[in-house]
Amino acid sequence: MRKVYLDHSATTPVHPEVLEAMLPYYKEKFGNPSSIHEYGKVAKVALEEAREKVAKLFNCSPYEIYFTSGGTESDNLAIKGVAFANKKKGKHIIISSVEHHAVLESCKFLKKEGYEITYLPVDQYGFVDPFDLKKNIKDDTILVSIMHVNNETGTIQPIEELVRIAKEKGVYFHTDAVQSAGKIPIDVGKLPVDLASISAHKIYGPKGVGAIYIRKGTRIIPLSHGGHHERSRRAGTENIPGIVGLGEAVEMVLKDMDKHNKHLKNLTETFFKKLKETVKDIQLNGHPEKRIPSTLNISFKGVEGESIILSLDMKGVAVASGSACTSGSLEPSHVLSAMRIEPAVAQSSIRFSFGRENVIDDVDYTLSVLPEIIERLRSMSPIYAQSKK
Amino acid sequence: MSYSDKVIEHFTNPRNVGEIENPDGVGEVGNPVCGDIMKLFIKVENDHIVDVKFKTFGCGAAIATSSMITELVKNKTLEEAEKISRKTVADALDGLPKNKLHCSNLAADALHKAIEDYKKRKKSNA
Ligand code: FES
Repeated sequence: MRKVYLDHSATTPVHPEVLEAMLPYYKEKFGNPSSIHEYGKVAKVALEEAREKVAKLFNCSPYEIYFTSGGTESDNLAIKGVAFANKKKGKHIIISSVEHHAVLESCKFLKKEGYEITYLPVDQYGFVDPFDLKKNIKDDTILVSIMHVNNETGTIQPIEELVRIAKEKGVYFHTDAVQSAGKIPIDVGKLPVDLASISAHKIYGPKGVGAIYIRKGTRIIPLSHGGHHERSRRAGTENIPGIVGLGEAVEMVLKDMDKHNKHLKNLTETFFKKLKETVKDIQLNGHPEKRIPSTLNISFKGVEGESIILSLDMKGVAVASGSACTSGSLEPSHVLSAMRIEPAVAQSSIRFSFGRENVIDDVDYTLSVLPEIIERLRSMSPIYAQSKK
Repeated sequence: MSYSDKVIEHFTNPRNVGEIENPDGVGEVGNPVCGDIMKLFIKVENDHIVDVKFKTFGCGAAIATSSMITELVKNKTLEEAEKISRKTVADALDGLPKNKLHCSNLAADALHKAIEDYKKRKKSNA
């Protein structure tokens, strides 16, 4: 059976070149960068080289890059680290209602600690209205966190204006850039965020490693205490092979971003066009144009998402559900709900996220099995039959 | 999370899908937890469920439990059918993942509602 992986927003395979670059740091170059001897020096050089590579992603100084265990840790550090460090100034934080759980849950935790959280609404595309941000910033607001590209829909949030507003009021701005890194440029000169989170395994690097950009001068305190690693902002012996992998992955995605975006755009556009021709009553969630080229979130009316995932999986095609049924929680996706998509439609959504190793045959294969699956499930659906009557 | 082979089997080849024309009882339930919906139709003769069909908008577990419950109740007396609980259904499927246990409510509730509906209709016809 053919296998087609269309869940790159969840994770990507490690690129062979990335893996190749990492391997020596598990073997002969295994040293601890804190050690003074030769082994330590070799590891230290690798660590700083990787830092320089990651800095290129943000066009920032390498000293503004800190390595973490991934996107979740970076988000936690950004939110809680800034909140704790600035509590004398205030305890008010503003986020959007379509944030990743790492941001949402960090804020929920802070709320219990006496912080005040404002959730900005979004429109049907998932966009925050700059006016809402402006209106909600108060004297005690210390941080705004709004994600760059939404993980469920792939929609690009126009954060330029939002960043400008926060800056004007002297409020720190963090963005979760896990889904945008390597797909759209994030130049902190032009887009002056104060903090940004990224993860390696979404860009063909290894799992368990990520980074955070922290603008020089930002008041933040560490969440893990110990040695003086990462200039005392993140204690713990550095995951050198992982960090090397992250550096390599960043370098790789930056090098051929345009080429790959074109490739991805072709795949997703072809897929969606042909899908519309073969399956009726479908709807694209998120903005039709302001999106990263790899991701499509599509609702198949009358059919529940998980049953589509299971059926596709049996045919070798791996996709994800926009609804949360699969992630353990059962309420429909908070992102789609915030976009005021009806619960039954939100529950019918599937996220197809393509990657660089996908080819046009993958599109054709998926389209050769999908219409039948939808038809079968619709024939069992009490709400599809009803909507047809 | 992974489903038992039985769940997958029933999901892939669900029994008794569809609607019954002129049913003797219909039970429709929506799951308040996740919004999934199931509709169950029964045909009753001499206090026996002689035919049963379902339609479900729901996850893999919801479809599998729907299918399983139709197998469990077919040709049973109403009294026997009323005793079928969500646990009966889940056990018959060799269990469900923990976060999917609520899915078996759907089928059991739809069945009980269909029987209730049948009784109500009978009363009003009498
Ligand atoms: S998740 Fe809703 S019935 Fe299973």
